Amino acid sequence: MGATSRRRLAAVAFLAATTLLATTACGGDGEDAGDGTVTLTVDVFGQFGYEELYKEYMAANPGVKIVERGTGGNLDEYSPKLTQWLAAGKGAGDVVAIEEGLLVEYKANPGNFVNLLDHGAAELKGNFLDWKWNAGLTADGKQLIGLGTDVGGMAMCYRKDLFAKAGLPTERDAVSALWPTWQDYIRVGEKFTAAKTGASFLDAATNTFNTIVLQTAGNSSGYHYYDTGDNLVVDTNPAVKQAWDTTMDIIDSGLSGKYGAWSEEWVSAFKQAKFATIACPAWMTGVIEGNAGPAAKGKWDIARVPGNGGNWGGSYLAVPKQSKHQDEAVKLAKYLTSAKGQIGAFKAKGPLPSSPQALDDPAVAGATNAYFSGAPVGQIFAAGAKSLKPVYMGPKNQAVRTEVENAVRTVELGQRSPDQGWTDAVTNAKKAAAK
Amino acid sequence: MSVQLDARPPVAAAPPVRPTRSYRLSRFDARWSPYLYIAPFFLLFAVFGAYPLAYTLWVSLHEWDLLGTDPTFIGAENYTRLLADVDFWHAVVNTLGIFVISTVPQLLAALWLANLLNRQLRARTGWRMAVLVPNVTSTAAVAIVFGVLFGREFGMVNWVLDLAGVDGIDWKANRVASWVAISTMVDWRWTGYNALIFLAAMQAIPRDLYESAAIDGASRARQFWSITVPLLRPTIIFAVIISTIGGLQLFTEPRLFHAGTNAIRGGPSRESQTVTMYMFENAFAPYYNFGYGSAVAWLLFALIAVVAVVNVLIIRRLGTGAGTRPGGRKGGRG
Repeated sequence: MGATSRRRLAAVAFLAATTLLATTACGGDGEDAGDGTVTLTVDVFGQFGYEELYKEYMAANPGVKIVERGTGGNLDEYSPKLTQWLAAGKGAGDVVAIEEGLLVEYKANPGNFVNLLDHGAAELKGNFLDWKWNAGLTADGKQLIGLGTDVGGMAMCYRKDLFAKAGLPTERDAVSALWPTWQDYIRVGEKFTAAKTGASFLDAATNTFNTIVLQTAGNSSGYHYYDTGDNLVVDTNPAVKQAWDTTMDIIDSGLSGKYGAWSEEWVSAFKQAKFATIACPAWMTGVIEGNAGPAAKGKWDIARVPGNGGNWGGSYLAVPKQSKHQDEAVKLAKYLTSAKGQIGAFKAKGPLPSSPQALDDPAVAGATNAYFSGAPVGQIFAAGAKSLKPVYMGPKNQAVRTEVENAVRTVELGQRSPDQGWTDAVTNAKKAAAK
Repeated sequence: MSVQLDARPPVAAAPPVRPTRSYRLSRFDARWSPYLYIAPFFLLFAVFGAYPLAYTLWVSLHEWDLLGTDPTFIGAENYTRLLADVDFWHAVVNTLGIFVISTVPQLLAALWLANLLNRQLRARTGWRMAVLVPNVTSTAAVAIVFGVLFGREFGMVNWVLDLAGVDGIDWKANRVASWVAISTMVDWRWTGYNALIFLAAMQAIPRDLYESAAIDGASRARQFWSITVPLLRPTIIFAVIISTIGGLQLFTEPRLFHAGTNAIRGGPSRESQTVTMYMFENAFAPYYNFGYGSAVAWLLFALIAVVAVVNVLIIRRLGTGAGTRPGGRKGGRG
């Protein structure tokens, strides 16, 4: 009798053991071969343009292998993922990109990141625009979370073919001269609309609103939704209301194509040349090229932004504390954000450097973009970058911005009147800030 | 007794003077092995089901910033805040609206489809497999394709409407229109699946019932409503409960239907934000309020339980109502 039941018992034990093994095996992440090679994972979104730089770095550091994740992805999907990895204490790359809007939220819990000042980053201060460096520091200035990658110097991109069809000038200096102010921009838009080209003047009022509010705030108080004491000032800051009113004028004049920004519809509208202008931070040039495709090469050009300058977006590289190779990761982050690294990224995908040395470099200052009819992008974007006036962002910046932009969207779609929209924006922003 | 099967060891057998080692082993085997055999499921359930459930409850009682280090205990405050949160109730109405618009036609269509498939058809297996094809397609692919079909300006649905002389509808910024669009997606995926389940149950209904009904002069429709439907009742209840759970947890379809920025809101004025999307919005981007999000999860759990019970009550009444008619289930076996 013994043989059978013992065998059965063994089978049970085996089954239980394998189940346990199978469930625990998920926990191990088999990185790093035993040969001493270190694998560094870099998490990004959109286009950072680092491929060539990785190759160079790996050639100079034979013990390091670099893997990039998330290339071409959407920021809206990347940010929650990164936050979950940080919260779980596992899963994040060794070097992670952080967009400026999210950086403020991460700064509230700096314990998740390596203090770059402990790794000799202090000496790099001169390599960055002052405000870009400072934004990477925690409130007490004792911890540096991120090293700056790019800034979002502003311009206005436009389609020459549609401008010609509407009988407007197409040459970039003449176009820039059309709109010294946003009111002039609206007037040009009205002319464009009257010509009935079948296209709208701009893509989405939300994008234009964000451009105007960042510009207006940068030129006045230096903050928009939150003041520098982190008090919500959506309803009292004249810069916000002014930007709101200008945007309402744009909507009133029927200039917007109402394509929800970053949706498939928006992408289709690029492909089918359904709008003539789009507010264009430096990084947007890459987006336009990707969305409009090779067929539209040479049909786009870049003019000055109405109003005066402004900054939208730009990112930082940070090293999460959970990284197993912090020293190696910091070294890589320093390399990628060095003037040389920033020039390399700019040449590859167009993000505008945040390093004054890189901005002065002929490779940047003299750069032209063939896709945009050979526009001197270096001159257009880099010229304004050094005098950029940054906008301070408070703790729940992302959530508040979402509410205000959604209010713009409801007015744009005709669901709300401008007054109702403004009331919504203020109440919802307050609610979001309190959450 | 060298081959011991599943029978328990005889109690009054040989005098149990000295149980041998193998005897004790065999006793142990007979008594505990069944538990060990089913243990893997319960182990996995404990790790991936029960533990997260309890942990979510624990989290929901805290002010818990996803990235923060020291959550503070606040008792039921998240729940009281949530019950007064208009956006939450807005999401509940959306979810129930989408649930009703999708599930009712879906189950009716599945029943009808199953009835068709139950007849003598050429290439029967082919047809039966074909209705399952949409279910095999990835939800994400379906949602993206439907999102494009229901586009405001470049969408095919509006193009067809335009041909018919109807003005285009902004499917993503109109509350009821977006519910309909999302329900279409859900039905596309799940009608065939439910049809196959109904079909399997229909084939278990004895044919002689239909024969005697036919002799009594019952029409096909009468046979369907008086024999098929009452006998399918347990299956219908099963399908309704599964659809309730799935429908109230709807996430992927509405999330991917609204592409672009802040898709998690389900439209600029939260036109089709479901409860799971609201949970995600609060627990993760852009609020990162883990405690509040967990409270949403628990209320959703309660909501599903309530709706499931209500559904079962309704379906049960429907079944007995039909069953008391003459020629109903009284003659059925099983």
